[in-house]
Amino acid sequence: MINKQCSSAAEAVRDVFDGAVILISGFGEAGNPTELVHALIDQGARELTVVNNNAGNGEIGLARLLGAGRVRKVICSFPKGSHSHIFDRLYRSGKIELELVPQGTLAERIRAAGAGIPAFFTPTAAGTELASGKEVREFNGRTHVLERALPGDFALIKAERADRWGNLVYRKAARNFGPLMAMAARVTVAQVRQVVELGAIDPEAVVTPSIFVNRVVGIADPIRERDHLAQLDAANAS
Amino acid sequence: MTGWTSDQMAARAAADLEDGAFVNLGIGLPERVADFVPSDREVILHSENGILGMGPRPEAGHEDFDLINAGKKCVSLNRGGAFFHHADSFAMIRGRHIDVCVLGAYEVACNGDLANWSTGQGGTPGVGGAMDLANGARSVWVLTMHTTREGRPKLMREISLPATGRAAVQRIYTNLAVLRPAGKSFELIELAPGCDWDTLCAHTGAPVVAQARPAHR
Repeated sequence: MINKQCSSAAEAVRDVFDGAVILISGFGEAGNPTELVHALIDQGARELTVVNNNAGNGEIGLARLLGAGRVRKVICSFPKGSHSHIFDRLYRSGKIELELVPQGTLAERIRAAGAGIPAFFTPTAAGTELASGKEVREFNGRTHVLERALPGDFALIKAERADRWGNLVYRKAARNFGPLMAMAARVTVAQVRQVVELGAIDPEAVVTPSIFVNRVVGIADPIRERDHLAQLDAANAS
Repeated sequence: MTGWTSDQMAARAAADLEDGAFVNLGIGLPERVADFVPSDREVILHSENGILGMGPRPEAGHEDFDLINAGKKCVSLNRGGAFFHHADSFAMIRGRHIDVCVLGAYEVACNGDLANWSTGQGGTPGVGGAMDLANGARSVWVLTMHTTREGRPKLMREISLPATGRAAVQRIYTNLAVLRPAGKSFELIELAPGCDWDTLCAHTGAPVVAQARPAHR
């Protein structure tokens, strides 16, 4: 019988190794698997490369992982934020490497990795700093930049509901990078608010089919980043 | 020098959106365009993080932090709206399905080059979806103050900051005028009330030409 449900976040991230590439879903607070990232901090893997749209907010989740000195390199589109002080400090002092990628190119590089496409051409970033050193080619009279697929060793994603096979349904704009990252990693771990019986998810509504998911962890009441940021702001104001 | 207020600039840009258009609004000033879409038109707003049919900010107490815009502010979903993942969202942009995007700018050149992602100095950079939009939207509009806070022109012969996209911009809405990058100059489409030709030229870092008259038939 297939049962991908893990008893804890710790069990779900047990085999992350030093130097691994970790795809982490989320856009702002929406879709961030904060509990899985905290389990990864406890697990202790080092020298990680992290792929996320941002670079952590406040002092929880990805920001806390960076602050713990576990990450060698961040690949993202928008590390700046109202509460990105941990990344800012590491970046300014040269303690972390940044690969800045246009957001659509980031999404497509991850999708390509999941679809077996090693590289693709796009006009995005042609003629800009972010294309420097990259192969370019003309198609239909426009300059295009060669971009490579971005696979992960592990994907840590957040969804709303799963069954024991790992079929996933998301909630509103928290879907963002989850379906792409699930395809692109060797081991995909999904944190979900609810684990339901097999057959309880309408097949027409499945967004990530079970083939892309290896492990499921139920976290019914995840940490709310907005509450944490409000506490930080209150502490800074006083 | 009077000209348009920020809200009037946003309203002026919104007045040019066509019924049925799919529109992406950048972070900051362009977000205000949503508040001024003429009521006789249906314009479908796209948010890069996976929303079509984005609606206004919800009432206090009705915020949902899984329903946010590109600036990570809470929004709502209009009837007919849809959610989708990031690759689909950027396929809409990069696949030329978005009719118009309205972006902010540090600098715009008269050849249409746009700089809006890096001030070129130290500090943390961030590009987000700006380069995808500059290359992918069918029409790229810029909504910006005509000059910097220090009074330097933002509309120039050549951009001096790192480029977001080359020959990308089709139209510019500022507090002084509506203009079009025309190659070696900016072509004036409309002057804001209270702003005269000399004032406009004095605050623009490239030649400005009057709109070419339609040819007589």
